[in-house]
Amino acid sequence: MPFKVEPRAETSRAVVYATPVLAVLLTVISGYFLFLLLGLSPAKTLYHFLVSPTLSFYGWSELCVKAGPLVLIATGLAIGFRANVWNIGAEGQLTLGAIAAGGVALAFWNDSGLWILPLMCLAGILGGMIYAAIPAFLKTRFDVSEILTSLMLTYVATLGLGILVYGPWRDPQGYNFPQTRMFSDSALLPLILDGTRMHVGILVTLFVAVAAWILMTRAVIGFQVKVVGQAPLAARFGGFSGKRTVWLSFLLSGGASGLAGTFEAAGPVGQLVPHLTPGYGFTAIIVAFLGRLHPLGIIAAGFLMAISYNGGEIAQVEDRLPQAATGVFQGMLLFYLLACDFLSRYRLRRAARREVTPS
Amino acid sequence: MIGESVVNISAAVISASTPLLFAATGELVVERSGVLNLGVEGMMLMGAVTGFAATISTGSATLGILAAALAGAALALVFAVLTLTLMANQVATGLALTIFGIGLSALLGAGFVGQPVPALPKLAIPGLSSLPVVGPVLLGQDGLVYLSVALTAATAWFLKKTRTGMMLRAIGESAESAHSLGLPVLRVRYLATLFGGAAAGLGGAFLSLSYTPMWMEGMTSGRGWIALALVVFGSWRPWRVLAGAYLFGGVTILQLHAQGIIDLPAQVFSMLPYLATIAVLTVISSGHWRGRLTAPADLGKPFRPSV
Repeated sequence: MPFKVEPRAETSRAVVYATPVLAVLLTVISGYFLFLLLGLSPAKTLYHFLVSPTLSFYGWSELCVKAGPLVLIATGLAIGFRANVWNIGAEGQLTLGAIAAGGVALAFWNDSGLWILPLMCLAGILGGMIYAAIPAFLKTRFDVSEILTSLMLTYVATLGLGILVYGPWRDPQGYNFPQTRMFSDSALLPLILDGTRMHVGILVTLFVAVAAWILMTRAVIGFQVKVVGQAPLAARFGGFSGKRTVWLSFLLSGGASGLAGTFEAAGPVGQLVPHLTPGYGFTAIIVAFLGRLHPLGIIAAGFLMAISYNGGEIAQVEDRLPQAATGVFQGMLLFYLLACDFLSRYRLRRAARREVTPS
Repeated sequence: MIGESVVNISAAVISASTPLLFAATGELVVERSGVLNLGVEGMMLMGAVTGFAATISTGSATLGILAAALAGAALALVFAVLTLTLMANQVATGLALTIFGIGLSALLGAGFVGQPVPALPKLAIPGLSSLPVVGPVLLGQDGLVYLSVALTAATAWFLKKTRTGMMLRAIGESAESAHSLGLPVLRVRYLATLFGGAAAGLGGAFLSLSYTPMWMEGMTSGRGWIALALVVFGSWRPWRVLAGAYLFGGVTILQLHAQGIIDLPAQVFSMLPYLATIAVLTVISSGHWRGRLTAPADLGKPFRPSV
């Protein structure tokens, strides 16, 4: 073999930040062939998919609306992923947050006041945290796989939301549609800019991402999470508790997901419906990895995923691209990213020619 | 009357358990070789859509089932290349496999939603199938049901009695030692992963061709994840996994029947299989069961030959 693979002494920083770009490129190339196979005109479809969503100011405002919840959830998840704590039930925690916040909104439907929204946010965060506490408790107390429990709880949460919107919380004047009343004005997030759907939650998300960045790079807690994830044994010698890290990861990511659910219900949706999001809780997993578990990277990755949602919708109308193509793109992107990571840990070297020693 | 409903319910339980049994048995072999593939849900969906589409286009259910196994294995191959050759994180890659499988199956199946397909023929065994009770429950099922039980038996025999099976278990316990003994770690793990994908594909095909003969986006609704839990429940042993699969099939059918009797929202009953999974995992991971859990020691750890 002319080449051989050898481990790098240190993970290459340059490559770590270059891999997402390479992964996106490979995904776009694969997308070209995928569209060709689907019998579409690949260049035109790719243009609608990737470029069209960014061509107008309104387009950018819509990207912010979609990226907001993704960034908020992914920022929380990234903390756990650094510590090898796998909360994959963010969608369920988001749902519980929306239920808790929606409950507050409906309970005070006839009231008005500036206190309603903060109360909803608090309820949403607590709802997400309490729901995330279940897998954390089962993991720390009984060593049950948090992957399986957090995912199972997502199905339970969606069914629970269904019980409420098909049953007791259904809008009495809603022609039997499975949805609650529209929230009152005091329970809806104020818009930042007229004529768009951009709401105050997006500013909060930006603040949370920056705060998480400071927490992870400047505080002991950020260091603890990293050590527990990368060197569990060293962490134990250093006095960092694995159990405490599990709790921390789940409570923070659960709270962030719950808040994201609150923002969705009190923002673009304005009420509770059976399916609040197109799976933001799962897409946020990709956002976290694509953003290299780094809050600033996550913001960039969140926008890219938002493009894949909005571009998918445009291509659906313009080129009759099936809606599922967005999911294929997102999955493909994560595959390529994981594959490219190989380059940051190993490198290809021209194999040294073996010396022939005369005997 | 009562006898007849017992027969019907038992047959339904077996039918509901079969997709779980296929997927869990496949994943058991994968995990025994030390690989954790969380993409079962995605591979099942690919099997379901491919089996359905191939059956409709070729008119042959056998070809459809074969195509489903191949589709599951093809997706598993992607996982194997990423985690075994490129040593990517197995948890993250498994999640990617599920997200990708959900998307790709929906894309491929878009044209098949709402189309009918003839359900798999029941294979009657001459003489035996006409026996009362036992006949219709055990011997009046379709071929895939028999195949799933045969697969369990074959897996149990393979792991316990064959040289390759022992090699596979050794690799799952310590890839490093197995490698130093000259065992082909990567080749065995590749084959185990492909087998797991094919089995998950068969489980998916059973869903779309027999259990509910139609294609629907995301029709596995979490069965792939329940299969993963079943492997833990069965403490990585084939016959215990079979018992677990039938238990969960029982819970599924029971909640369907309870919906007609107890006046609660249907969603309450639909929650039961998921809650039961959590409860069972908790019980099995705690107390005196703990010591009997025999997870392969190298499960989920990447391996790179040191030479």
